[in-house]
Amino acid sequence: MGMRMTVNPIRCDGRGLCAVLLPELVTLDDWGYPVIEQADVPAHLEAQARRAASACPVLALSLTCVASPRPARSISPRSVALR
Amino acid sequence: MTYPSPNGLLDRSQPAARRDPSALPRLTHTPAATSFASHERFWGPLPNGRALVEQTRRSGLRGRGGAGFPTALKLDAVLAAAAASGRRRRRPIVVANGTEGEPASAKDRTLLEQAPHLVLDGMVEAAAAVGAGRAIVCVKADGAAVIASLEQALAERRSRDEVSLELSIVPAGYVAGEESALVNWLSSGVPAPTITPPRPADRGVEGRPTLVDNVETMANLALIGRFGADWWRGVGSGADPGSILLTISGAVAAPGVYEVGNGSPLRDALTLAGAGRTAGVLVGGYFGTWLTAEQAGRAGLGRESLARFGGSVGCGVVIVLPEHSCPLEESARVARWLSRQSAGQCGPCVNGLPAIAGAMEDLARGRDVAQAERHAHRWADMADGRGACKLPDGTARFVRSALRTFAPHLERHRLLGGPCDGLGSESVLHLPGREVSLRWG
Repeated sequence: MGMRMTVNPIRCDGRGLCAVLLPELVTLDDWGYPVIEQADVPAHLEAQARRAASACPVLALSLTCVASPRPARSISPRSVALR
Repeated sequence: MTYPSPNGLLDRSQPAARRDPSALPRLTHTPAATSFASHERFWGPLPNGRALVEQTRRSGLRGRGGAGFPTALKLDAVLAAAAASGRRRRRPIVVANGTEGEPASAKDRTLLEQAPHLVLDGMVEAAAAVGAGRAIVCVKADGAAVIASLEQALAERRSRDEVSLELSIVPAGYVAGEESALVNWLSSGVPAPTITPPRPADRGVEGRPTLVDNVETMANLALIGRFGADWWRGVGSGADPGSILLTISGAVAAPGVYEVGNGSPLRDALTLAGAGRTAGVLVGGYFGTWLTAEQAGRAGLGRESLARFGGSVGCGVVIVLPEHSCPLEESARVARWLSRQSAGQCGPCVNGLPAIAGAMEDLARGRDVAQAERHAHRWADMADGRGACKLPDGTARFVRSALRTFAPHLERHRLLGGPCDGLGSESVLHLPGREVSLRWG
């Protein structure tokens, strides 16, 4: 079982706690909204990811269990390559 | 209003079933100002919808609203969701999308005004195929002629169909016509997109499995249901079968709605509309792709051909820029307009789209071109895929296409350190609030 992280863009207010608590997987865009760099949460970061999800004031960050982590190619939502 | 019929008139003396499958126009040349009686006389009676799914699969029909998704797969998904709902069976709903949010598109309203019964037939067929009890056609509040046409058509058919046919008038707005926004509107009266999943096919209007198809797709279903896949494939190419409705505007002698064979050369369609020399051709509307004049001369309207230029025929909008206009300024106008269509729900869209538009305006005026180009790319990448609906994605796609196709023009602005002579020339783009008149044929 793996874990996958998604942001509900309608709920998200850009408070940015997720990027503070989970900088390994979440960065902020130019306006302070989270960019999920990698949707599949590695096992060693699962506890940290749970903490980030429950810390979100608007509950916009959600974690779902997936049968097996998908290959990095089909990460969804798409990760953003910044220039 | 006359309709351009570049391919000649249909022979109305022929019985419907034996009508030439290769004749064009096909969808739009049913008897004008059609009554239900004359419509039925022309096309023959409606079958029962039982063979529709299989025939649609064999036909290869893809959605005509912009995304081009295979229609048979949508029908399958709704049937599967209905079956999976088990004993508490949730009866599916059919929705025909005629909201036509694309400012430069006129094909849906033309179809709804000219052949409303063909669209309604398709809805009845689709409802029978998926076991729906209700079928709702959605149109925009500002389309008075379309609403009148549909109200009359619905009154004529009252109680003749087994399914309940309804009309829903949706508040005007670009994103209000997006699939999830339409479902949201019909379920809760809010015309704004929602996050997916769930997809409408799984949980749509009132939580029921919902088939949402564009009205042109519905009209095609009416013909596939009547005459079968083989007849329907008599027009278009093997890979891109059927006919498509194009709205051609801009620097052309005869702007209007044209029905052409799917997959046919873009050049032929441009010739029909009388296009002259051009600075660029936009294919697929404001989520679409810019082509140079040279590319437009060799592109086909089929998926494979347009994919080579990074585009698709989308909702069938084709806009021809005048030779001496500034393509960057025209693109900036569209980017600014798109940024104002945000429903205001998602941060990356609310912030990203105005930033992109600002960068495009700097490019048009030749202000700090190198930095503006970097910003446009950066913010397009940042907005892409990060909203509930596809508005940020479509905007990113449009802007990237402009930067790629008009790279030589961008270089001119860079060298000039300012705008080119085309700046401030009259726009040919259709943006609400600044309407460009469109003639018919």
